[in-house]
Amino acid sequence: MTKKIIILLFILIPINANALIEVDITRGNLNPLPLAVSPLSIDEVSRKGFKKILKKENIGSEISNIVENNLRTSGLFNPLDKKAFLQAPDIANLKPRFEDWNLIKAQALITGKVNYVDDKLRVEFRLWDVLAAKEMMALAFTTVPNNWRRVGHIISDKVYERLTGEKGYFDTRIIYVSEEGPKTQRIKKLAIMDQDGANNKFLTLGNELVLTPRFNPASQMVTYLSYFKNLPRVYLLDIETGTQEVVGDFPGMTFAPRFSPDGKKIIMSFAKDGKSDIYTMDLENRIVERITNHPSIDTSPSYSPDGKYITFNSDRSGYQQIYVMKNDGSNVKRISFGNGLYGTPVWSPRGDLIAFTKLHKGKFYIGVMRTDGSGERLLTENYYQEAPSWSPNGRVLIFYRETKTNAKGEGFSAKLWSIDLTGYNERQINTPTDASDPSWSSLLSN
Amino acid sequence: MKLSKILKNTLLVLTACLVLSACATKKEVAIDKITGQMQGDVYTGTDTVEYLADGVPDRVFFATNESILTTASRETLRAQAAWLRKNPGINVVLEGHADERGTREYNLALGERRANAAKDYLMTYGISSDRITVLSYGKERPVDSGSNPLAWSKNRRSVTVKAN
Repeated sequence: MTKKIIILLFILIPINANALIEVDITRGNLNPLPLAVSPLSIDEVSRKGFKKILKKENIGSEISNIVENNLRTSGLFNPLDKKAFLQAPDIANLKPRFEDWNLIKAQALITGKVNYVDDKLRVEFRLWDVLAAKEMMALAFTTVPNNWRRVGHIISDKVYERLTGEKGYFDTRIIYVSEEGPKTQRIKKLAIMDQDGANNKFLTLGNELVLTPRFNPASQMVTYLSYFKNLPRVYLLDIETGTQEVVGDFPGMTFAPRFSPDGKKIIMSFAKDGKSDIYTMDLENRIVERITNHPSIDTSPSYSPDGKYITFNSDRSGYQQIYVMKNDGSNVKRISFGNGLYGTPVWSPRGDLIAFTKLHKGKFYIGVMRTDGSGERLLTENYYQEAPSWSPNGRVLIFYRETKTNAKGEGFSAKLWSIDLTGYNERQINTPTDASDPSWSSLLSN
Repeated sequence: MKLSKILKNTLLVLTACLVLSACATKKEVAIDKITGQMQGDVYTGTDTVEYLADGVPDRVFFATNESILTTASRETLRAQAAWLRKNPGINVVLEGHADERGTREYNLALGERRANAAKDYLMTYGISSDRITVLSYGKERPVDSGSNPLAWSKNRRSVTVKAN
């Protein structure tokens, strides 16, 4: 469905990592770094060339807008108003007059230019430390013009990484379930969009109920639950070719699928005779393995990033709690001991934390705890919210929230939200329809 | 002694007044109606119930997070078993549901467990497992879109549907 994308990347000037500006992302950032994103400069011939192909008046400004928007929504940066910029984009890219940028309190500056070369889009950009009056980074990309949004995301990732010391999460996509219609008869479709909400596409028609899509961390494959022919089963979907297949041959409902970190296995629940247990299926040799065997409900499994452990949800103690076990099902340990019920554990891609949903006294919380259950921290409280999914750098969680209906049962909605691990920067993510069950992809360019 | 008796009577009169005035307000009437349709938090009303045949209700209701059959549920299922014995050509799907106050994946498992509780009971009353299919919808198909305890109690259910 999506074209294979090749982006050539050159490092113009090797960077010497001196002690320049740094952004600390481990704390709630109440003072985002003021930075100036100067529009990428563009010559008249290139501008007209891109206008013809992309129907955009000035592709340089469009790309800078993407960068600006990404950096702003991260909550770590405060892009300054362009109207206050004193230096023209083309000159700033050659040699910024640091006094001018200092005057408007910018601590970092992004400049660059766009060219139309041999039907290709060539973009170069530079990141400057205004106070130190130094260049921090300079990169150039050449790609097909249609990739212009991705160029904006890649620049954002590079800037984020240079300034925070950690990988970014902007050149990524979100797969989710689009919802429409009355609460009692929701029409649900698989949908995919860029992390910033652009390029939204529906992947199924809504003829059957679909739930809980999850990305393969290693490829553009998705696993999800479909009620095709009224048989709830785990499916595999290749989003590039659109081909779908049932996972395994189980005599009953399979659900709650996720990929192993290497993308080679699917882990899921299989329900039979009132019991739900956890199984894996190897996607290469199709061998099915049973991981848990207990009369309780065992569901929502999620691997640790090294693949050695599995966290899951079980009511074997009488109520929903979170457990951790080895990947062969041995050494089962309960890790949630706080008040209330716990569900949907998801292991952070960094390995150190497990995100979860907690239900306590009629409220739903999204929280995180260490993998031994210590250090529980609740990030957000609401009437109903669940199903956190990690950004690939393990710094942001995306989840969905449903509203309470009024006395007549009206006013229901479901929306995607994101929040930083710090508990700050809570944001709604705009989607064309109601939305739920989000899953964040890995970085597309790595 | 006498004084306390007078006090007691006054209190009684006062409480009676309070109860009456409370009943007179709209809100209290609503709560009274709700409690009349639930025992504990299991739905006992008939608003949403349909009938497979005369005197054979199609659904049973559950307490929060539970899959235990109540006395009323067992009575309903015995009526369904008797009807199924009389109609050997009919197969059924037991659709298990949960309310919206749980995580989606756990609710799928819970719906399956509830429908299986109903299935097991039908089987002990002589209905072959070949005639019964179980299908869980979790929280996906509520009958009542309300966000209140009464709506949730109607949604925690296993519904017996003719398969053919």
